[in-house]
Amino acid sequence: MIQRAVEEVGISTVSVTLLEDITKKVKPPRVLLVPYNFGHPLGEANNPKLQHAIIAETLELFDDEGTPPILKHSIQMGEQRG
Amino acid sequence: MASISELEPFFRFFMRFYRGQRYKNTPNTPLNKPLTECNIALVTTAGFYIQGQQPYVNGDCSYREVPNTIHTHELKIGHKSVAYDKTDTKSDANLVFPLDRFRELESEGKIGSLNHRHFSFMGSISKPKRLISETAPEVAQMLSSDNVDVAFLTPV
Repeated sequence: MIQRAVEEVGISTVSVTLLEDITKKVKPPRVLLVPYNFGHPLGEANNPKLQHAIIAETLELFDDEGTPPILKHSIQMGEQRG
Repeated sequence: MASISELEPFFRFFMRFYRGQRYKNTPNTPLNKPLTECNIALVTTAGFYIQGQQPYVNGDCSYREVPNTIHTHELKIGHKSVAYDKTDTKSDANLVFPLDRFRELESEGKIGSLNHRHFSFMGSISKPKRLISETAPEVAQMLSSDNVDVAFLTPV
């Protein structure tokens, strides 16, 4: 909901989400879905490499040619399962 | 992945209510310049505040301004929800507010600049009316007046 408010004043936004259900209802413009527990959107504490990977993947949503709302599953979803 | 079914009954009830906030359309401001030329701000719902600011209270829709000069270990966690374990955030605030990571991107020239201020809200608000009508638009206006091009949001 905050993301929607910021985008509405003309600022481009991206976010990381942990909850697919809620995100699909709030419909923010560009969102990366990650496979972590509450309070862990950037994956792991003191893991800069993983945190950078998630940030990079989130910022890449600006290159997505689809029309918002864009909800992409992080490649970390596969890493987690694998 | 976080799942609503993992939560305690009270929070499952809360989430069902929360999930009632449904929208039909989506605002869209396409990014029209490279990230290397963008001024970027971070917004989190981790419930951070800093020395000298008021802590949060239950159901708090207010926000705290976080200066870009802050050391991440100085951030205090005021989130009232017990739905998640804050131990890891206490160990590394970048887990929910990746300011040090964005500083690294800035110094590597991968983004233009970091805004002089960022913002924290507290998430898990069961009555977000004031957040939607008042405090989120206020923060949006401040970011706009700062000429922020990109906001990176991390709901927790």
